[in-house]
Amino acid sequence: MHWLKRTYEWLDFRLKLGGPITEAVTHPVPRNTASWWYVFGSASFVLLMLQIVTGILLAIVYVPSAGEAWNSLQVLNQQLPLGWFLRAMHGWGSNFMVAVVLIHMAQVFLFGAYKFPRELTWILGVFLLLMTLGMAFTGQVMRFDQDAYWGLGIGASIVARVPFIGGPLVDLLLGGPIIAGPTLTRFFALHVFVIPGMMLVFAGLHIWMVIGLGINDWPMPGRVVRRSTYIQEYHELTKKDGIPFVPGAVWKDMVFSAAILFAVAACAMILGPFGPTGFPDPTIIQTVPKPDFFFLWIYTILSFLPENLETPFILIAPILGIGFLLALPFFAGEGEKSWHRRPIAVLSITFLAVAFAVCQHLGTYTPWSPQMQAWSGDTVPIRYVHNATPLGRQGQIVFQEKQCRNCHMLGGVGGERGPALDRVATRLTYDQLVRQVLQGGGNMPAYGKNLSPAEVTALVSFLETLHPEGQLPAHDASQQYISTGELDPRQ
Amino acid sequence: MSDEKEVSRRWVLVGIGVLLNGAVALLIATPIVGYLLGPVRKNGGYDSWIDLGDPEQFPVGETRLASFVNPQSAPWDGATAKAACWVRRTQEQKFQIFAINCAHLGCPVRWFPQSELFMCPCHGGVYYGDGSRAAGPPPRGLFEYPWKLQNGKLLIDGGQMPTLATSASVRKESSGCTG
Repeated sequence: MHWLKRTYEWLDFRLKLGGPITEAVTHPVPRNTASWWYVFGSASFVLLMLQIVTGILLAIVYVPSAGEAWNSLQVLNQQLPLGWFLRAMHGWGSNFMVAVVLIHMAQVFLFGAYKFPRELTWILGVFLLLMTLGMAFTGQVMRFDQDAYWGLGIGASIVARVPFIGGPLVDLLLGGPIIAGPTLTRFFALHVFVIPGMMLVFAGLHIWMVIGLGINDWPMPGRVVRRSTYIQEYHELTKKDGIPFVPGAVWKDMVFSAAILFAVAACAMILGPFGPTGFPDPTIIQTVPKPDFFFLWIYTILSFLPENLETPFILIAPILGIGFLLALPFFAGEGEKSWHRRPIAVLSITFLAVAFAVCQHLGTYTPWSPQMQAWSGDTVPIRYVHNATPLGRQGQIVFQEKQCRNCHMLGGVGGERGPALDRVATRLTYDQLVRQVLQGGGNMPAYGKNLSPAEVTALVSFLETLHPEGQLPAHDASQQYISTGELDPRQ
Repeated sequence: MSDEKEVSRRWVLVGIGVLLNGAVALLIATPIVGYLLGPVRKNGGYDSWIDLGDPEQFPVGETRLASFVNPQSAPWDGATAKAACWVRRTQEQKFQIFAINCAHLGCPVRWFPQSELFMCPCHGGVYYGDGSRAAGPPPRGLFEYPWKLQNGKLLIDGGQMPTLATSASVRKESSGCTG
């Protein structure tokens, strides 16, 4: 192996990189930071590398043309050996990267690592998160299927809500008047040149600062960060109880990164690539566009916002959120790092995690979307048909034919936009049912113009039967007395 | 000649170098900005009259899907050069032509002739047959294209994806002109 050493020496005599690299990798880190909690940053970087490698391999075949992109993905999926696997690796790598970056961020936040002197490291990290999400969104556009097409439509509709300059911004986003060839090419440039280039620079600086400032020490309750003393305390800590990063801590990073890469490959192998879904033809409107996994929570929020809050929320909330993240190290740059002494931080993370999980969960089955096929495809439960009067059966036909089922469940099947109607007769009286059908309200269209009186009678006659056995339908108690005249004061 | 003076002379030269590069950068940057802003046009700048064909393909009292090729398109647009709209013929000489895009966030709305409603698959926006908002999150009714009948053809004034900011939406809340 003598020749190996001589080659190294020949190279390093000219490169002069051996010294600085050895110094960087053997710098002392506090012993307790060699922890499994400190592996997410390096895993994010490894995933970034994976995305770059698989991305370049895909770019060898992919055609960034609105007319051909979808076909080139079919060739990758179906014809090229292991093309599907590369697409799957890139797609799953993207999901893993967003997830690991988010976990990294939560961990760094809970460990108080954004405090002095690592404020700028945190700020670059916020931008890296935004760029990771930007890559995920532009990556969805690269797939250029129906989801990508209508996702761009949603993007344009959101941008259009910006006051005054909304119109020009839409033109810039789409590269023209409609979602078409120029849209894909500009998103391609963003996805393969602009954002990855910036990410490499930002990630490089991010790591440079981690090495330069030292890894965040393990938070101890009572060990308070002060600008005047922190640097000295940290140096004492690494001198007294430090170990070299290599090999002291790095093996855990390596094991975790390998596990993550293996997980990506396993998901890719078993679950396969994402799409492409339907051909991006805007005249095919039988489509139910859905964003990729990590944007489902936005989909949920956009469905639940009241109409008058929507534009302000869409435009202001991201600015407030990002502004808060950027400002965080400046108004909380000192003080306790330990989560034992930071209840608000722990509560915030818990709240955000729960809110995120709930929104993601709702986004997977979209209860707010009408089920477009329910009216013609779902059957009326047999217990409602059994013993139904002819009028009631006619009402069932009206119920199905007028698409009521698209928004209302019967027997657990149908849309969830409106309430399930299996017990509706116990909630609304006959008159109230008629009123609700004719006038709508509470997010239901008014059917007064679309139903004949006979159809309304039949429909409500059917709805009246929708109550559990042994529970009477709601009725207006006063009606009985009015009709018999029992309460008439003249008697 | 003292060292100090020589240094200052070199710094002047550096300054000239910076200025020169700044001027060239400005010279190069101006067309680049113009190039990047190329797609921006004022409201309606992309619109023109588009032929939807024979009006007789749209029976009176019905609402039907029509498609057209966008007047502004590139050869590599493929199928995305196409666009669709809903044509509602209320009388022999009277039309309402709705954009396919939901006024909420642009998803394609579907017409259900039985209940006479447009429904959006994304966030559950619903519109009545005349395009007015019935339920759900849309802030307004469906976008309408201006139309006219000319030489036995039905024409619409369009060419741009309708959004809350673009021409098709703001300009023509009222819509409809016979010609």
